[in-house]
Amino acid sequence: MEHFASPPHWEWWILGYFFFGGISGGSYALGTLLRFSGNARDESAARVAFITSFIALVPCPIFLTIDLGQPLLFWHMLVDTSNGGLAFKPDSPMSLGSWALLIFGVFSFVSFLGAIAEVGWFRATNGIGRALRGAAGLVWSAIGTVFGLFICAYTGVLLAVSNQAVWSDAGWALGGMFVASALAGSAALLLLLARSRRDVDADTAVRLESADRYFAILETILIAIFLVLLAIAGTIGKVLGVWIVLWVLVILGLLASLAMRSGAARRWPPVAAPILALLGVLALRALVIFSAQT
Amino acid sequence: MGFFTDTSICIGCKACEVACKEWNQLQGDPAKFTADSYDNTGQLDAQNWRHVQFIEQVPDNNGVVFNPTPIAGGQAWLMMSDVCKHCKNASCMEVCPTNALMRTEYDTVYIQNDVCNGCRNCISACPYGVIGFNEEKGIAQKCTLCYDRLQGGLQPACAKACPTESIKFGYIDDLHKVADDRLANLKTQGYAKAQLYGRDEKVYGGLNAFFLLMDKPEVYKLPSEANATLPSRNNLPGYVGGVATAVVGLIAGLLAFRSGRMNANNNTTTTPR
Ligand code: SF4
Ligand code: SF4
Repeated sequence: MEHFASPPHWEWWILGYFFFGGISGGSYALGTLLRFSGNARDESAARVAFITSFIALVPCPIFLTIDLGQPLLFWHMLVDTSNGGLAFKPDSPMSLGSWALLIFGVFSFVSFLGAIAEVGWFRATNGIGRALRGAAGLVWSAIGTVFGLFICAYTGVLLAVSNQAVWSDAGWALGGMFVASALAGSAALLLLLARSRRDVDADTAVRLESADRYFAILETILIAIFLVLLAIAGTIGKVLGVWIVLWVLVILGLLASLAMRSGAARRWPPVAAPILALLGVLALRALVIFSAQT
Repeated sequence: MGFFTDTSICIGCKACEVACKEWNQLQGDPAKFTADSYDNTGQLDAQNWRHVQFIEQVPDNNGVVFNPTPIAGGQAWLMMSDVCKHCKNASCMEVCPTNALMRTEYDTVYIQNDVCNGCRNCISACPYGVIGFNEEKGIAQKCTLCYDRLQGGLQPACAKACPTESIKFGYIDDLHKVADDRLANLKTQGYAKAQLYGRDEKVYGGLNAFFLLMDKPEVYKLPSEANATLPSRNNLPGYVGGVATAVVGLIAGLLAFRSGRMNANNNTTTTPR
């Protein structure tokens, strides 16, 4: 398929947003799973996940705003100044994403307040912490997870809903690929944090390793689909060449996630595999963003 | 209202480019050598709202000079004054999150400068590479089809300046008639490849700036009918792919956490770190 579109020059700020947005949404989903999968010993890891989710979310709107040509008009994403109503366009993933980011921000912030109360950093929000562990908390976290995973996915859909080579050719695979890699990256980051915190249960860390392996398998399948779609569209050449360097990082990251529980990986420094996995998540997004625009 | 650009009579004088820049006060990009025929404009962008393409199709005769030359007939050197197509189904309008891109009372597509916040989503969507980012203003820019001149009862500057009337401006129905007659005329003269682009609904529901081409669209960097697809085609499959992966991911996470627990429950030697 021939493309004649010009590149939008979405570069480093957008890469940063895609990375942190993915980690934030993925961590929130893992926090929910850890908290409500039923074992009290996973609770400290769940708190770490909710805290991580919000901290990773903070730079997102900042990066997005800086990337605008008119940063002071960021609010035009939400308010339609031509008619005074709300700017909400279901056909535009950027419009949906702006609203989703705002709503997810509320969920992530409240869960963060609950988590920091429970770890003893800020007792004033103890009530929130208690409420979020009950049935209401399950509902709250489940809805937050939907928005969190939407943040992971829509960034891929945003690229696909264009007329750019690679992005639009990958059609339905990009959203899924970004979800899988966000979950894998978040599991790797939580593992890294779990290993550095004495209050996180060792079994939880083992379970995170398993989860990370499953997510990496899912990501590998979606990367394979992505490449097949590009091959069919005749644009696979755009993601090869110099981009092989980034593919190497992606593959190393996947291997690190897949091999985390193997005997060989046990001899590595404990931080090595999670860091490689996170680098792989970053490299995958860089590869997709930059290769299409050159 | 719209344009009919008849490329068969374009002589590549670039009067349209100059008139557009004069009227719209566009500085143009710094001059550069593009190594592309007589083209030093390069592409449509924030500073170039008209761009005259020079497409050389001179056959390599291995040094043999034919007399008369077989390249006669205006098909060896194609010229085309490119512009925003003011698509009836506009890709740029679909994705613009702020509604800065709007349809005017003339059925043209217009960027409201005070609404645009420079997100550049429209640039990623326009299949013709029309829109550019104006670094100075921090917003997206493209042809307005001289909205201000239309309001004053004037025709767009490029159409006014074109010496061969390759660029014609008027009511779309009238332009369609002119284009049909011209195509029929060229076909009788033996120009088999001559064709109209954007005249009917097959390309983005019809283009308000449509063309008579002397070769297939791709030669002029225009997507063919089959490739003229809207960005929104990927909305549903994109979200379905995302949701399916999220569901599989959540199930995988649950499996990992639950099976890990069963192992852990059996493993009495495990201690918290
Ligand atoms: S040619 Fe591009 S900029 Fe012009 S209306 Fe169509 S999609 Fe929009
Ligand atoms: S750059 Fe301006 S016109 Fe283009 S999509 Fe963004 S807000 Fe709309």
